[in-house]
Amino acid sequence: MSELFGHDTNQDGADNNQSLESQNHDAEAQMDSEGPRYSVGIDLGTTHSVLSYVDLHQSDDDVVQDVMAVPQLIAPGEVEEREQLPSFIYLPHEAEISEGETALPWTDKPDFLVGEIARNLGGKTPIRLVASAKSWLCHAGVDCKQAILPADGPDEVEKVSPFQATQAYLQHLVDAWVYKYPDADLAAQDVTITVPASFDPAARELTAEAARSVGLNQAILLEEPQSALYSWIENSEGDWRNHVNVGDIILVVDIGGGTTDLSLIAVTDQDGNLELNRVAVGDHILLGGDNMDLALAYAVKAKLEKDSGKRLEAWQIQSLTHACRDAKEQLFNDPELDNIPLVVANRGSSLIGGSLRTELTRDELNQILVEGFLPEVPVSEKPISRPRSGLRSQGLPYAQDAGITRHLAAFLTKQVAATDELDDIKLPEHASFLHPSAVLFNGGVLKAQVLAERLMTVINSWLQAEQAPDARLLQGADLDLAVARGAAYYGFVRKGKGVRIKGGTAASYYVGVESAMPAVPGMPPEIEALCIAPFGMEEGTEEALPDDVFGLVVGEPVRFRFFASKSRREDKVGTRLDFWTEDELEELDEIEITLPDEGRKAGEVVPVHLSAAVTEVGTLELHAVSQQDGQRWKIEFDVRAGEESS
Amino acid sequence: MNNVYSIDLSLRPTTFDLWHVCLAATVVLLAFILIAVLLSVLIGHRRCSRKAEQARQQMVENEPETRVVEKIVEVPVEKIVEKVVEVPGPAPEPVVLKEATPEAALQLLGMLQKEARFIDFIHEDVSQYGDADVGVAARVVHEGCKKVIDEHFSLATIRQETEGSKVTLAEGFNSAEIRLTGNIVGQPPFTGTLIHKGWRVTEFHLPKLTEKHDPKIIAPAEVEL
Repeated sequence: MSELFGHDTNQDGADNNQSLESQNHDAEAQMDSEGPRYSVGIDLGTTHSVLSYVDLHQSDDDVVQDVMAVPQLIAPGEVEEREQLPSFIYLPHEAEISEGETALPWTDKPDFLVGEIARNLGGKTPIRLVASAKSWLCHAGVDCKQAILPADGPDEVEKVSPFQATQAYLQHLVDAWVYKYPDADLAAQDVTITVPASFDPAARELTAEAARSVGLNQAILLEEPQSALYSWIENSEGDWRNHVNVGDIILVVDIGGGTTDLSLIAVTDQDGNLELNRVAVGDHILLGGDNMDLALAYAVKAKLEKDSGKRLEAWQIQSLTHACRDAKEQLFNDPELDNIPLVVANRGSSLIGGSLRTELTRDELNQILVEGFLPEVPVSEKPISRPRSGLRSQGLPYAQDAGITRHLAAFLTKQVAATDELDDIKLPEHASFLHPSAVLFNGGVLKAQVLAERLMTVINSWLQAEQAPDARLLQGADLDLAVARGAAYYGFVRKGKGVRIKGGTAASYYVGVESAMPAVPGMPPEIEALCIAPFGMEEGTEEALPDDVFGLVVGEPVRFRFFASKSRREDKVGTRLDFWTEDELEELDEIEITLPDEGRKAGEVVPVHLSAAVTEVGTLELHAVSQQDGQRWKIEFDVRAGEESS
Repeated sequence: MNNVYSIDLSLRPTTFDLWHVCLAATVVLLAFILIAVLLSVLIGHRRCSRKAEQARQQMVENEPETRVVEKIVEVPVEKIVEKVVEVPGPAPEPVVLKEATPEAALQLLGMLQKEARFIDFIHEDVSQYGDADVGVAARVVHEGCKKVIDEHFSLATIRQETEGSKVTLAEGFNSAEIRLTGNIVGQPPFTGTLIHKGWRVTEFHLPKLTEKHDPKIIAPAEVEL
């Protein structure tokens, strides 16, 4: 027996060995008795959530699909239905809103103020606004079940956890569904929830858990860029086969409000049919449309301050950001316009006189957005990363380089070998990056023609430099609602009624083990990475490592360092890496296992091996399996205690 | 005594005896009573019809109040649009006018104030400022109003022809949709110049209000802490 890998902690790990399988079986049994009527897709966006549904009973060749208008408070006492539910929570002071002003059609007093009202009130009182909860779910070093949001709220504000926020958005959508379709129990419908392709296993598990906690035990997860492609396929009404060919590599670029998500999907031939393979996903890049509006506002602010000689206050900058967003859309929509006047009105009741006036010109817009966010760079360029200052306040790890094209270049270069194993994809030998032959856009930012054209120009300039044909843009996607629509359509596809994208895990996973080397004083012990789940593991499969035995002490939590690689496709389960570049392996949060002491003596050492499974839901599950009697214990992902790993 | 009464219509009374006095008094009395009864019936009838009219009006006034018991007030805005019903001819019957529900009007004001600072702008004394200043403020108002209108109303023009062009109106055209002005003589078809193409709300939706919401507060006072 056995080296004891990982390291001990004395902290009591939360022990909720909830059996996922049993719950899923319950849900399935329930669904068998009466087949689901709808396939529901939920896009839990960073800034907006959308629910779309396909009527399975009416859909055959033609898909009958709709987007649910979500009733939500837009101001105290006012309820309106909107297609998008802003993913914000406002935590009001008890004296702030009078009794009965927060009623929704289904409740007199909701637990949280969610939606448009939260965004509106939070605009003026940011210390009580919970935003970007989704990005926190994927933020290493943070315990997502700890009440930490709003991050810069004072202690007096009763905070919520990123997990609770996710729950609240889902709960609102579920309640809205029950209100609008009381006859179709959502728990008995097919439900697909989308997550960024770049979500790590812990963030996926948290999303699935949030879904279970609001009664959606059957919900499965789908990557957003895949969902966008499904929506495009559905939208083409069967015509998509004429737009893509065997050998195509589709690059999906999804620039949303807060994040940029990249995926590559290869088109191959399977017995004469087109097959779609998701071959690579990008990193989680916190960069999106909101950054663009902010960038514009700060540029205009600098101009205003220079002209007037006065510093702008926070509310003025906020109002300027709104004005810039509107002006940006107008300028992008109307190529004839040269400039848009911006006015920051006085907050008091006198409107004339006290207002600040300036304008946003097309040159500024191009300079700031097109050159700033989509610079023309060679494909060899990498995102600039400055060393983080030592005293960084606890916040989200926003992308340091706003150049989306640089992030894209780095992604394509890193994934140059992504299609090596596919016979149908032939890349020229001199290729320094993976050559996409088709591009699908998603996300509200790319509705702007100027930005979409620039992105295509840059991609094509890279291709031309390597004598590759230009990539073509796949037309006809609804950039705002595609993800939700695609997710609903996916439920339809899962019934065997359409082409399915093959994916599996988007990364291979490793645990850190100490290598058997003589200790050298002053040097930390060398770490080896042991592969426990290979790249592209399909849903519903399991891989075990019976030969690598670990000794676990009963009753004491044991932690492992945990790594993921989005580029090492060849590693099999059990592969040990003693060397890797920083680019290849990304360290995730530690994982933890605690053996309960039921039936065993505390302090006893149990030999176990690790086993990894991808559930039908789409989450990764790690188990420790006893070598003695085959008993299994779940390894927890969400142990982020907020402390830096040693 | 011979007590036989003979009837002779040619006979004329020659004396004015007590019997005849009594007879005349009775006739006069009966006539008075008849007139009095007829008068009272007439007055009574008049009063009754006035009361019924009042009751009808009261019912109309009560109508919006019954809606308040609903948890979320559906605001029937169409009533505003057709607030005034044309009085058809000089018929003496009272015309029932639809009451506009105040909530919808207040709501619209509230939205215009919130997005467009509408009330602030209207309350300014524009004569004190130059055109440039008013113009800057007008941008805020215009942008905000546009947002409110675009979000809550779908508008279409009633006539699609360009303004200033000749249009011909066939017989039986909808006079609510098209207003004739100027030299209105003769019979349709009429030919004239399209001055304004008209607007029609094709679709609209206003936010629903919670029971305790006071729509009269169209902009709360704001206190920054």
